[in-house]
Amino acid sequence: MALELRGITKRFGSLVANDAIDLEVRPGEIHCLLGENGAGKSTLMNILYGLYQPDEGEIRVGGSPLRLDGPRSAINAGIGMVHQHFMLVPVFTVAENVMLGDERVKGPLLDQGAARRHVREVSERYGLAVDPDATVGDLPVGVQQRVEIVKALTRNAKILILDEPTAVLTPQETRELFTVMGRLREAGTAIVFITHKLKEVKAIADRITVIRRGKVVGTADPSASESELAALMVGRQVRLKVEKEPARDTGAAPAFSVRDLTVRNLAGQAVVDGVSLDIRPGEVLGVAGVQGNGQTELTQAVLGLIEPESGSIVLDGAELTGRSPRERLRAGLGFVPEDRGHDGLVGTASVAENLILDLYDRPPFGRRGTMDVREVRRNAAQRVEEFDIRTTSIEQPVGELSGGNQQKVVVAREMSRPLRMLVISQPTRGVDVGAMEFIHQRIIRERDQGRPVLLVSTELDEVMALSDRVAVMYGGKIVAVVPADTSTEKIGLLMAGANPEDVVDE
Amino acid sequence: MTATVLPPENLAPTGAGVQRGRLYGGIAMIVVGLYGVWAFGLGSRTSGVDTRFVLNLSNATGLTLPDLTFPAGPVALVLAVLAALCGAAKLALPLSGRRNAAVMGVFLLSYVLAFLVWAAAGQSLNLAAVLEATVLAAVPLVLGALAGVMGERSGVINVGIEGQFLLGACTAAFTASLTGSLWAGMAAGCLAGGLFGLLLAVFAQRYLVEQVVLGVVLTMLATGLTGFFYESVMQRDSITYNQALSFPDLEIPLLSKLPLIGPVLFDQNIIVYLAMALIALVHVALFRTRWGLRTRAVGEHPTAADTVGINVIRTRYLNMFAAGLIAGLGGVWLTIGLNISFNKNMAAGQGFIALAAVIFGRWSPVGALWAALLFGFAGGLSTAVQPLQTPVPTSFLTMLPYLATIFAVAGLVGHVRAPAADGQPYTKG
Repeated sequence: MALELRGITKRFGSLVANDAIDLEVRPGEIHCLLGENGAGKSTLMNILYGLYQPDEGEIRVGGSPLRLDGPRSAINAGIGMVHQHFMLVPVFTVAENVMLGDERVKGPLLDQGAARRHVREVSERYGLAVDPDATVGDLPVGVQQRVEIVKALTRNAKILILDEPTAVLTPQETRELFTVMGRLREAGTAIVFITHKLKEVKAIADRITVIRRGKVVGTADPSASESELAALMVGRQVRLKVEKEPARDTGAAPAFSVRDLTVRNLAGQAVVDGVSLDIRPGEVLGVAGVQGNGQTELTQAVLGLIEPESGSIVLDGAELTGRSPRERLRAGLGFVPEDRGHDGLVGTASVAENLILDLYDRPPFGRRGTMDVREVRRNAAQRVEEFDIRTTSIEQPVGELSGGNQQKVVVAREMSRPLRMLVISQPTRGVDVGAMEFIHQRIIRERDQGRPVLLVSTELDEVMALSDRVAVMYGGKIVAVVPADTSTEKIGLLMAGANPEDVVDE
Repeated sequence: MTATVLPPENLAPTGAGVQRGRLYGGIAMIVVGLYGVWAFGLGSRTSGVDTRFVLNLSNATGLTLPDLTFPAGPVALVLAVLAALCGAAKLALPLSGRRNAAVMGVFLLSYVLAFLVWAAAGQSLNLAAVLEATVLAAVPLVLGALAGVMGERSGVINVGIEGQFLLGACTAAFTASLTGSLWAGMAAGCLAGGLFGLLLAVFAQRYLVEQVVLGVVLTMLATGLTGFFYESVMQRDSITYNQALSFPDLEIPLLSKLPLIGPVLFDQNIIVYLAMALIALVHVALFRTRWGLRTRAVGEHPTAADTVGINVIRTRYLNMFAAGLIAGLGGVWLTIGLNISFNKNMAAGQGFIALAAVIFGRWSPVGALWAALLFGFAGGLSTAVQPLQTPVPTSFLTMLPYLATIFAVAGLVGHVRAPAADGQPYTKG
């Protein structure tokens, strides 16, 4: 069935999230919706799934206009959606998740047997291997995504929307997903593939629609070059490659060392398991790995937010373990947390206040228990200028800024005091391409000033582009440290838990 | 702090904390067991005298069991040694899950029995009466806990069970006295509980009121309302408005003739049987039916439920209303189930104990039943032991069963997990 959107407009107050969007998806094609974070992709998909009602415009499925007043009517119209954050109940089995809302019953009781058979049928038909009796919370993310696809297919979805499906996958899992998408395309399913990753678009799309600031700004062919697509998406020419010299001073002694670091979670599992690593001055060590393999805890242990069970962390000859986060920050540790909204900023406080969150009580900002407001404002004005933070005023609550500008506030704060080292986690998550370019340059500048940089990112491309060496983390362990020019393929295998010796032997 | 990403609850805990728990737990059990050996087995109270346990209710008509008479000292000694051995087993063997629970169960049972043998040394104790008191005390607790489970499984925390008890009790007594119909009283009492539940759900979901505070406030409202109504109407003319009435006992043929448990479980009034049926019904419904699957989905991941077309808010309202009917029945029991007229604040905290039973029962109806029986037993035990003139102060006796409960809960329940969206109102977008 073909899907057609005509002149879809959605406003939230004064903000126009979708502005007269036209989109057409044919059966048996993968139509890529390319746009930056905040371009309005998710709003559009929520409209298509009946979660929001458009203010203007028309949705047509198979030629006839359709009113979608809820997910139920979208499902009935043959629209299936795989959400970026999976809509699965972790404590349910696969079969229970798949049948939820569409249950088969025998008398008053659920027919678990029929549900299992249904899951097996669909998973065999499309090569989506899932065990109907497995508990979803125990499954790897890639398999959970398969469950989501099975869930849509058991509801006879003819139009399948995949919202940023590769964000949580390893390169291998991404390839498997593309195989599945190919099979669905052959079976005549219309697929809407939402992403901001240019490589993937080129790999799988049949047609591309680019949206920017809520508007369709153009369509493109998959043969278009990455920089053409990026320019269309961002609205200006961007440099996709990070400009950097090779690290100098490769023979220097490490300035930052972690030895046999072990961190346990509340359940007693070693989430960081005997990790050792060294970073030389002026070197970026990138930690690659699928989300949830201990990277978060590693960075938290470095800052002192969690106490390791054993091991040592040494910066410029001084032991950091046993010291408070405040002491470590004062010792010149710069820290950009992975979740800026949660750990990096106080959303309701102003931009100016957020820029001095770790300096408020010391000169020049704090003196004898009071704050020098004029100094705080002066500092804010300077940082806003230097880091190109787009804000209506320095008094604006930081939570009102866009993701990219929020991240610039965090980066500006951390990089504007004298540092001995920088720990930066997910530096560009939810950040637009323009801000991404800027943040990358600043990271390299810190490196070039001779600081060790510990970079953690689940975006493998980002790790490869910025790092001088790449440490791959899996199951709480550093499974390998490889040069940054190692192939994506090999690193991907390591991220998925392959035996390092086998990978190196290849 | 960012949440840790690895799911902790699905893997067998192997960390140092667990081992330490095993060590301290085992040592504590041995120490307590050995104290029992010294105090119950070797003490002067039990030396040279017999204990008699009576195993029949005084009005039992069916099969009866002979009284158990045995020398108090040796039996108490053996039971206390068994308890100490359980501690040794916990210390020495790596017990997981079910086995650990079994060891804890044996420990508690043998220790409580040792205590009873000691307390009743030279006298007799009617165990059947203790059991009956346990069942009667457990009825409102299990009804309240069922209501709590239904609410929390759908994501609404109901701290107002106490209020539902009071409203149910007051409305039932008033309606039954006024109309002369016990059934009308029951219906009115249940309905009062149901409306209270619905009110709580609307405040929690539509007006986003913090649910724990809300439950407490609504309970205070119910306390005030029923107290005022009692003083201004019911107390004035208790013959018309507040009689002590009760459903008649219904003897179930054959089953009621069973020794010990027959008269305790199968010669009771209709509300006891309703409670039993409701436990089975809600348990099966929650885990085996469409309603149950949807309810649990709404309580775990409401957005996921919404995206497959389940109306989250309506599910919560319906659950809270149905749960309220059951909690109201718990209130009905307090007056026209027990042949007692309504009195101010007569629920006396039982609604809050029911709430504890929800958690101790791990949000499962059958679990709630065991928890309610444990609490009920605590009450029945202290009532039964008090006339035996033990050297233990009465107030300490009342406390002891609760201490045992806490101990059991810490050892038996361990890590519990509430429904993920418990207490969070659902908002779209």
